[in-house]
Amino acid sequence: MSQQNSSGNRDGSAGAANTGPPHSAPAKPIQIKVVLLGDAAVGKSSLVLRFVNDEFQENKEPTIGAAFLTQKVRLDDTVLKLDLWDTAGQERFHSLAPMYYRNAQAAVVVYDITRAQSLDRAKSWIKELQRQAKPNIVIALVGNKLDLVADQENEEAEDADADADADADADADTDAEHTTATEGKERQVQTSTARAYAEESGLLFLETSAKTGEGVVETFTEIAKKLDLNQIASNNQAARPGQLNSGSANVNFLSEGSQSEQRNTDGCAC
Amino acid sequence: MDEEYDVIILGTGLTECMLSGILAVEGKKVLHMDRNDFYGGESASVNLAQLYERFRNGAKPPAQFGRERDYYIDLIPKFLMTGEGLVKVLVYTNVMRYLTFGSIATSMVYNGGKIYKVPSTPTEALMSSLVGILQKNKARSFFSYLQEWRENDAATHQGLDLNRNTMSEVYAHFGLNEDTQEFIGHAMALHLDDKYKTQPARATCDRIIMYANSAARAMEDKRNSPYIYPHYGLGDLPQAFARLSAVYAGTFMLDTPVDEIISDQGVFVGVRSGEQTARAKQVIGDPSYFPDRVRKTGRVIRALCILRQPIPKADAQSAQIILPQRQTGREHDIYVTCLSKAQEVCPDGVYLASISTIAETNNAPESEIGAALKLVGDIVEKFVWVSDVFEPTGDGTKDNVFISRSYDATSHFETVYDDVKDMYRRITGNELVLKNRNEN
Ligand SMILES: Nc1nc2c(ncn2[C@@H]2O[C@H](COP(=O)(O)OP(=O)(O)OP(=O)(O)O)[C@@H](O)[C@H]2O)c(=O)[nH]1
Ligand SMILES: [Mg+2]
Repeated sequence: MSQQNSSGNRDGSAGAANTGPPHSAPAKPIQIKVVLLGDAAVGKSSLVLRFVNDEFQENKEPTIGAAFLTQKVRLDDTVLKLDLWDTAGQERFHSLAPMYYRNAQAAVVVYDITRAQSLDRAKSWIKELQRQAKPNIVIALVGNKLDLVADQENEEAEDADADADADADADADTDAEHTTATEGKERQVQTSTARAYAEESGLLFLETSAKTGEGVVETFTEIAKKLDLNQIASNNQAARPGQLNSGSANVNFLSEGSQSEQRNTDGCAC
Repeated sequence: MDEEYDVIILGTGLTECMLSGILAVEGKKVLHMDRNDFYGGESASVNLAQLYERFRNGAKPPAQFGRERDYYIDLIPKFLMTGEGLVKVLVYTNVMRYLTFGSIATSMVYNGGKIYKVPSTPTEALMSSLVGILQKNKARSFFSYLQEWRENDAATHQGLDLNRNTMSEVYAHFGLNEDTQEFIGHAMALHLDDKYKTQPARATCDRIIMYANSAARAMEDKRNSPYIYPHYGLGDLPQAFARLSAVYAGTFMLDTPVDEIISDQGVFVGVRSGEQTARAKQVIGDPSYFPDRVRKTGRVIRALCILRQPIPKADAQSAQIILPQRQTGREHDIYVTCLSKAQEVCPDGVYLASISTIAETNNAPESEIGAALKLVGDIVEKFVWVSDVFEPTGDGTKDNVFISRSYDATSHFETVYDDVKDMYRRITGNELVLKNRNEN
C-alpha cells in the first residue's frame, strides 16, 4: 500500500510549476526537503494529500502513519522532487524533534484562518525556523480552510471584530477540531494582518483550501520559484540523507524501492 | 496521556528511542515521555549555551566562539562503523533516511609517545611500522585464519575452539607478541582494557572481523577510516528513531515530569505526571528515572576541549586517536576524538576534541587524562566532568520494569546495541529479528 505518487502519470500535472514543452533528456531531479509545520488540525496533512493525490478527506484523523510523500514539480527545464515531510503527530504535545526541520530547504507553516490562536503557533514556528534552520530556507505562511469563510465573505464585509475573540479559543481541545462539524465558522485572521506579518518577515504568503484545492498547487509553485536551485543542487551533491558523504564518494545505505513512509500495521486504537 | 498503553518509555536516550521505534513498528501502543524539553537525555548533542549552562553555572559563552546554535556537542562521544549492529538497525528500519553521515578523516593510535595512523585493513597492518618485522608473517597467518574460519567446518579451526579458548591462547597459538596484541585488541577490536584476553576468543574475533569488514568497505569508498559520524552530532540518532516511533503512532510528550512510578503488589501498572496517570503493562526507561532500582558500576571521565586548530600531528578535520592503556601506564585506554565544521557540529575555524576514559582513581580527573590533554595541543577552553555509570538491579521479568544501562566509555555503539537486543528479549520474550521495512 502506498500513497506515493508514481513518477509517471502525475508529473507535470498537479505539480506543474510551469507547463513549458517537455524536455527530451531530463536531468536528475533536484531533491528538496519541504517540512510542514503548524498547530494540530490546521490541515497540514490535508494540504499534502491535496497536492500529491488531489484528494480531500472530510474528517481526517490526527496524523499518524503516512508522514512522508513525494511529488515532482517541473520548473522551466528543471525537475524538482519535493520530499514532503509531515509531522507524524509529534507536534501534538509540542514534541517535534529539531532534526525534522533543521536541514529543510523549505517550510510550509500552516494556520487555520478560523482560529486566531493557530497563527500564534505559526509565528512561534517561524521564529524557531529562523533560529535553527538553514539561513536561506524558504518559508511559506499559509492560511488554510479558506472554503469555510468563502460564502460569508461573498455576502458580507469582513468582520473586523473577529480577532477580539481569538483568545477565548486558545485552550480549545484541538483534538475536537478533527471531529466537529466544520461549517459556519468565522474568519478570525484577516488576510491583511497575516500578509503584513509575512511581508515584514520575508515569507511567502498564501491562503488555501485543502478542501477545494484553492491555492494549494500555487503554494508549492511559489516555493519552487523562490528556491536557490543552483546552491541546492551543489549541496545535494556533497551530502544526502541516507548516504555517506566522504567528499568524493557517496555510499547509499538505503535499499532501493521504498519512497513513501507509511505505517502498514492494521488497526491500532489511538 | 490518561490512557492505557502497551508500553510507557521514560527518557529519550538512544537505547529508549531505538526500543520505542522497534516496538511501535511491531504494532505496540507506545507512550514516550521525557522530563527534559529536548530529545536525547544523556545522548543529546548540546549547543554552546547549554554546555555553559551545565558546566559554567549558566555563564554566557564568549563571543569569539561564534553562534551558540552552530554547536552540536556530544556529551557522550562515539563513532560508528558501517559493519556494526546499530548501523544495521538504521538500515533495516529505514531510519538512515533521516540522517546524513560523513566519514572520519583519520584513525590513529598512540605508541611510544607518538601517534601513528591505524592501518585500516589487515594488509595495511602488515606494512605498518606498528607491527614489528618478525611479527608480520605471524600476524598474516592470524588474519587469514579469521578470514577462512567457518563455524561448521572444523578443518578451518586449526585445533582451536574460539568459543572456549581464551584470546590469550589464540595469540599464543599464532605467536603474536605484546605490541601486536595491543594493536589487534585495542585499535581493531576496540577493547578498553585487557580483561578480554582471559575470556573466550569468539567475541574479540567477531569484533576484529567487523572492523576489517568496515575498513574494507571504507577502502572501496575511498574513505580513510572505517569510522562514520552523522552530521549535526549523535543527538540526531535518538531523534531519528523517535520519528520512526511517531510514524508508527507512538505518542511523544517532552517536558513532562515523571512524578511517580506506580506499582501494584510489586508489579508496574502506570506512571503519574501531575494529575494525569498513564497505564501500561510495561515500562522502559533510563537509570535516572529509577534511582531505587539501579546500582553504580563505575565512573567515566569525559573532557571537551575547544581548539582553534586540528590536533597537531593528526592534522585532519576529524580524527580518532586511541591511547592504549599500556602506553600511558593505565588499566584502561583513553579515547580522543576530534570533530569540526565538516561534521556540521561547530562553526568554521573551531575544532572540538573529546577525551574519555574509565576513572581509575579518586584523584582530580584531569590527572588521569594528562597524556591526552597534552596530545590535543593548545586548548582555548576546557570542560571536564565525571559521570556515574549505572546498571539495573533487576531484569524486569518480575516487575515489568525494564531499565537500560548507562552509556559506557567505549568509542562505539556495540554495547548500546547489545543492551537493546537484551532488553528486547526480556520485554517481548523473543529475539530481535531485523526485518527489512521496505518490502512494500
Ligand atoms: N473545511 C475544511 N476543512 C479542512 C481543510 N483542511 C483540513 N480540514 C479538516 O481539518 C481537520 C484537520 O486536518 P488535518 O489535515 O488532519 O490537519 P493536520 O494539521 O494534519 O493535523 P495534525 O496531524 O493533528 O497536526 C480534518 O477534519 C480535515 O478534514 C480545509 O481546507 N477546509
Ligand atoms: Mg497531520
